[in-house]
Amino acid sequence: MTKPAEYYQRDRNRHPPAFTPTYKTSVARSPRYSLISLEQSASEITGPVFGHNDIAALDHDLIRNYAKDGDPVGERIIVHGRVLDENARPVPNTLVEIWQANAGGRYRHKKDTYLAPIDPNFGGCGRTLTDENGYYFFRTVKPGAYPWRNMVNNWRPAHIHFSVFGASFCQRLITQLYFEGDPLIPLCPIVQTIPDPDAIDQLTARLDMNATIPLDTIAYKFDIVLRGRRSTLFENRLEGN
Amino acid sequence: MGQTLDYLKETPSQTAGPYVHIGLAPGAAGFDIYDHELGWDIVGPNAKGERIRIEGRVIDGTGAPIKDVMLEAWQANAAGIYAHPEGGGDVEDGFRGWGRVITDFASGEWAFDTVKPGPVTGRCGTVMAPHINLWIVARGINIGLNTRMYFDDEAEANAKDPVINLIEWENRRQTLIATRGTRDGQVVYRFDIRIQGDNETVFFDI
Ligand SMILES: [Fe+3]
Repeated sequence: MTKPAEYYQRDRNRHPPAFTPTYKTSVARSPRYSLISLEQSASEITGPVFGHNDIAALDHDLIRNYAKDGDPVGERIIVHGRVLDENARPVPNTLVEIWQANAGGRYRHKKDTYLAPIDPNFGGCGRTLTDENGYYFFRTVKPGAYPWRNMVNNWRPAHIHFSVFGASFCQRLITQLYFEGDPLIPLCPIVQTIPDPDAIDQLTARLDMNATIPLDTIAYKFDIVLRGRRSTLFENRLEGN
Repeated sequence: MGQTLDYLKETPSQTAGPYVHIGLAPGAAGFDIYDHELGWDIVGPNAKGERIRIEGRVIDGTGAPIKDVMLEAWQANAAGIYAHPEGGGDVEDGFRGWGRVITDFASGEWAFDTVKPGPVTGRCGTVMAPHINLWIVARGINIGLNTRMYFDDEAEANAKDPVINLIEWENRRQTLIATRGTRDGQVVYRFDIRIQGDNETVFFDI
């Protein structure tokens, strides 16, 4: 009997803890007991597989995928990068989904009542699959900052929400992209749930002039790292080893 | 100081926020953008096994249902096979085994239709009782919570399940077990998830 090749243990110090009182909503939504650590089985090392039949050609182009009578208002940007694992190997053919506010900081969501206007040409969501090298890209407009109810004067830095699958259910990740140089990053209680400044830096996309399209669209680079997996070299041990 | 290990570090998690529906279930957010949304059809039309519905709520530390939560389900088919290259074999055409649901904004109730999974081969040849893996994200949840749902009509298999038996506190094991019932001839399992407080659900670091 063989054991499955496991994924590396998640470094919980890199992630925000569940209970972060300055982000008030977490107080009643955080477990009080410790998580039970599980040695992985088929239930954790498998995960959903997606293909090009699942998505449409324009899904990754937020400038076009909801346009009614013109382009959305805002700074035109490309967001691109690679999905890698902790072994620096590309994660190919994996589903990446994003959602964001429009250039004024307003979401197309019936629960968002911020006074900035809805943009009739902007939906605010997109999805794509990474290619065989783990590469992905989206075209969109830069989202605006918006206020939110936490302390009375909290503003979210401009951000794009990211959802990534990887090859297994244990690699599943939702996170947020921030933009280099945004003065709201150090003030945001949600960003600051992450204790490690280096980890916050990993969520901050860099301006990428080489990928910018002159006179057209500015670019930001954002790589995503998912959990790595043990090599298969030593895995065929007998039961009990 | 020795040599530097050149592993990368995992990207940190951030909350899905209150508007997760826009990205992952836009129809529920009130707009129509994709030709088809992913995750509403877990098993496809050809799946063998018993058709079931699973319903529940996710309850916060004050006892209130969380109304902006999203759950993802990952399960094997009725033969205990996952739809994945390492899933143990072939599955029915159209069977994905992955689902995504959000709660009703007014009641906090969620529900999904699927088939009951079979037992799955666990580590080192053990057998895991039929179960559905769940992942829960929402505003206020800084990193997605993993749990498992088992079935109360599988008492014998549950008693031998290696994951249930890993939970030292026997009184907490029942937080993972859904209750079978019927409504209008349909099999419905009830599974409430308590994030915090009395009978807090067991969550796993997988
Ligand atoms: Fe947001």
